[in-house]
Amino acid sequence: MDFPIFHLDFMGNRWLIAMIAILHVLINHALAVGFAPLVTLMEYRGYLARKTDLEQQKRWDDLAYKFLFVAFVITTTVGAMTGVGIWFSAALVNPASIGSLIRVFYFAWFTEWIVFVGEVILIVIYFLTWKKSNRSDKAKRRHIRFGLILSIFSWITMAVIVGILGFMMDPGNWLSDKTLFNGFTNPLYIPQLLFRTPLAMIMAGCIGLLLVAIFAKKDNPIRPKAFRFVSIWTLIWVPHVVIAGLWYYYKIPDLMIGNLPVALGTQLFQAWYDKLFYVMFGAVGLAVIIGLWTLFNSRRIPKWLMVLPIIGIFIFIGMFERIREFIRKPYVIGEYMYANAIRVEDYPLLQKDGILPHSTFVSVSEVTEENKLEAGENVFLVACTRCHTTSGINSVVNRFERMYGKGNPLNVDAMKTYMRSMHKARYYMPPFPGNEKELDALAYYIKSLQTFPRTIEGAQLNGTPAVEYDIEKIKEHIKK
Amino acid sequence: MNTVLIQLLQIPVPKDIPLEMPLPHWLLVALLIFSFLLHILFVNLMIGGTALTLWAELLGLRKKEYNDVAIEIEKTVTLNKSLAVVLGVAPLLSINVLYTVYFYSANAITGLFWISIIPMVIVAFLLGYWHKYTWEKLRNNKSLHIAIIAGATLIYLFVPFIFLTNINLMQFPEKWASVDGFFSAMTLANVFPRYLHFITASFAVTGLFVFWYFGRRSYEFEKNIPGFSRYEIRRKAMSLAFGASIAQVVFGPLLFITLPTEGIDWDLVITIGIGVTAAVFAMVWMWNSINAEEHRMEKYFWPIVLALTITVGFMGTGRQLYRANALQPHQEVMAQKTAEYLQLVEEAKLAAESGEMEKAENIAMAGEKLFEQNCVVCHQEENRLVGPPLKEIVPIYEGKKEALIAWIKKPGKKRDDYPPMPGFTQLSEEKLESIADYMLKL
Ligand code: HEC
Ligand code: HEC
Repeated sequence: MDFPIFHLDFMGNRWLIAMIAILHVLINHALAVGFAPLVTLMEYRGYLARKTDLEQQKRWDDLAYKFLFVAFVITTTVGAMTGVGIWFSAALVNPASIGSLIRVFYFAWFTEWIVFVGEVILIVIYFLTWKKSNRSDKAKRRHIRFGLILSIFSWITMAVIVGILGFMMDPGNWLSDKTLFNGFTNPLYIPQLLFRTPLAMIMAGCIGLLLVAIFAKKDNPIRPKAFRFVSIWTLIWVPHVVIAGLWYYYKIPDLMIGNLPVALGTQLFQAWYDKLFYVMFGAVGLAVIIGLWTLFNSRRIPKWLMVLPIIGIFIFIGMFERIREFIRKPYVIGEYMYANAIRVEDYPLLQKDGILPHSTFVSVSEVTEENKLEAGENVFLVACTRCHTTSGINSVVNRFERMYGKGNPLNVDAMKTYMRSMHKARYYMPPFPGNEKELDALAYYIKSLQTFPRTIEGAQLNGTPAVEYDIEKIKEHIKK
Repeated sequence: MNTVLIQLLQIPVPKDIPLEMPLPHWLLVALLIFSFLLHILFVNLMIGGTALTLWAELLGLRKKEYNDVAIEIEKTVTLNKSLAVVLGVAPLLSINVLYTVYFYSANAITGLFWISIIPMVIVAFLLGYWHKYTWEKLRNNKSLHIAIIAGATLIYLFVPFIFLTNINLMQFPEKWASVDGFFSAMTLANVFPRYLHFITASFAVTGLFVFWYFGRRSYEFEKNIPGFSRYEIRRKAMSLAFGASIAQVVFGPLLFITLPTEGIDWDLVITIGIGVTAAVFAMVWMWNSINAEEHRMEKYFWPIVLALTITVGFMGTGRQLYRANALQPHQEVMAQKTAEYLQLVEEAKLAAESGEMEKAENIAMAGEKLFEQNCVVCHQEENRLVGPPLKEIVPIYEGKKEALIAWIKKPGKKRDDYPPMPGFTQLSEEKLESIADYMLKL
């Protein structure tokens, strides 16, 4: 309402954020939280081998360095920039909500940022001092100790971020008490942290197996040992992930679904949730199979197979994050602001006056018979585009056609009836925020889209609507 | 531009976010200026370092020894670019809080380019690593190796445009309506001078940094860069800083002249003036340093850094002053509009609440009243009167409101020991509803 409306009419705005955020979480978990201890342990393994076999130490050390190299390059490029990208994309897609969140959680984010700076500096130092540390045993010992510190720090970063997220997700808290500490006493916090930790380790293990296959060539004497080392690492974490996963799994519903008042929402959630369960066990199962296989017979295993558990776990994490998001719907900020960026409090006013007169960057401020289509488009932009497109992903026309039968001409009255109670019909959608006239214009516009499909551009291409100056008034003012 | 004019020109005035600021205003401003300058320092070093690497490698085509210089400068970029990114978050947070509406609006209008900063910088970083770790491998494929770092440099030279366009656009809400997308926003008066000023500063800062970096006692210069003497390279670095500073003598005033007048006042002029004065001192010392003998060039370094820190501090403050001045009238109108809006919201909320209560009451009241007026004469709670008592007849219609209404309108003949009940066709549909509702609630 108060910001020029950025809109991607093919991909949909939600995907922009989701893509960047999920990529960031994956990299953070696998290559920062998981890799730091794995690489440190590997470096230590080489250090232990120095007494018996210097050649072996060199090879272990080399391999560990290459692991770190991959992690370093990816975390300091894609990892760091997607972290910033979450801000950028959220600010584009939902400026009102991110703006509100920053005001209330300024300190939380400041803390998070400090931790983030610390982590980046530590990983840069750990990486850049590696070569020098090979000068003496003492230097190596110090370097390994440093790796340990980095591992702990990376984990703490995750622990802090999970806490902050947990707090912000928790509807209700936002309004009642705004102390950050709540995020950490939230009953979901510990299970979630205990679950994410082994998951990160397993992800690191799966990627590690692939890296061994790539970097330790067939003639490298430590290849089988390295395979065994990484697969044991992976397998050790499996029981943890299963136990913590089950705990978390049984904790979520009573705490979270409590907020879904409508049976339908619960049903939908349950369906998602069951799927998640299978994907999780599928992904972890794959990791176990590959882990056992390399443990007992690393020679036979083809490289491409090792990619499977990585993909499996990536899909799982993606779904996991999406469910967490879903639980939050229809709000972006629990019970304070809906996902269409309109505050719950604003509803009575907007449903009386309409959204257009109170929106700044719309091209018409009132529905009339002549401007009905244009007004409808504006209403659509304000009320629906944060989640829907005209004809791309999650297109409204499609959604209505799916309800009323593909190919049938859409009926304006039926759509109006649906939209009047859209929040009751589908809990994850906010109620329609405007008044009757706007509802009518919107339905009319959607129907016209069915007949003449056309895309709408956001402010990034269209700019904001031009206003007409009242020259006479200005002249008058200048005279004064 | 004054507040009345804003309304007359119908400049878009959004509503502010109706939440408290997390910190006092002055503290946020101080945080913004300080963290921004720190961020920009490392951005300068990232851009300048990468460009110098390219430059040195190009020179290396003629004179091999320059390759060592390129390699050594490139090593510093790894840390500097990471710091540039992470230190960017603090000013981003602060400007988001202080100028939420303005900053995000500018972001949205330049949206595609704004978000593509992310992939562009990722690519530049990856190219940087690729270049850094392939000096050996691509020794015989110089053109590719140079193309890689040239690609990174080009991206680094372009991305500041996007930032500057945003920062510029956010200051002028009156321009928002006439701008369509990034390129048209880029051509607003002040962007190019800003850009030139910024890039030139990057070279000045990087020159000083290289001077310091290669001059450290712990740095094994002869081993890392055997083809040159320490003095030679440091003198070149200081010359670069000096040359860039001289160029600012042109770009600085150009920037000032092209500033739209609305944000300029005496405070700003004085602040910038102090910054310029300090810069003049720095430039004299740079000149002395370049012309000094080897062991004496060092002694100018820290005075130069001090003078330039003052310059940068005052320029950064001036930048903020300008922005505050330019936006102040608009912010006033916005605050007023926000307050009015919140008032309306409050009223509507109260009206809706009381409206609902009244409506609910009306229904209950109306039902009861109508029942008393029309039915009580024949129907009592417990006892038989003309008609059967309520405790007998209500259960029959539990959940069957329609049937009840139908009966009231047009009663049938059921019980033999009762007279027939009269129909109530004169009652409106609505009234029948509320009577039925009332009865079924009993
Ligand atoms: C919070 C995001 C959000 C907003 C805002 C939103 N929707 Fe939806 N809507 C959804 C989601 C998610 C679905 C389900 C998509 C699916 O089934 O894959 C959906 C489904 C629908 C459906 C199909 C429902 C069904 O029962 O199958 C219709 C119709 C619809 N939306 C219309 C609208 C209209 C019109 C608006 C604007 C007034 C709107 N939505 C605003 C998220 C939203
Ligand atoms: C003049 C007296 C009289 C008035 C006034 C009257 N009724 Fe009745 N009502 C009767 C009698 C007598 C019967 C029993 C009819 C029968 O069983 O055949 C009856 C029966 C009923 C029944 C039972 C129907 C059934 O299926 O068993 C309902 C319900 C009822 N009345 C509602 C009302 C309501 C509501 C009003 C006021 C709008 C009303 N009556 C006004 C005399 C009256």
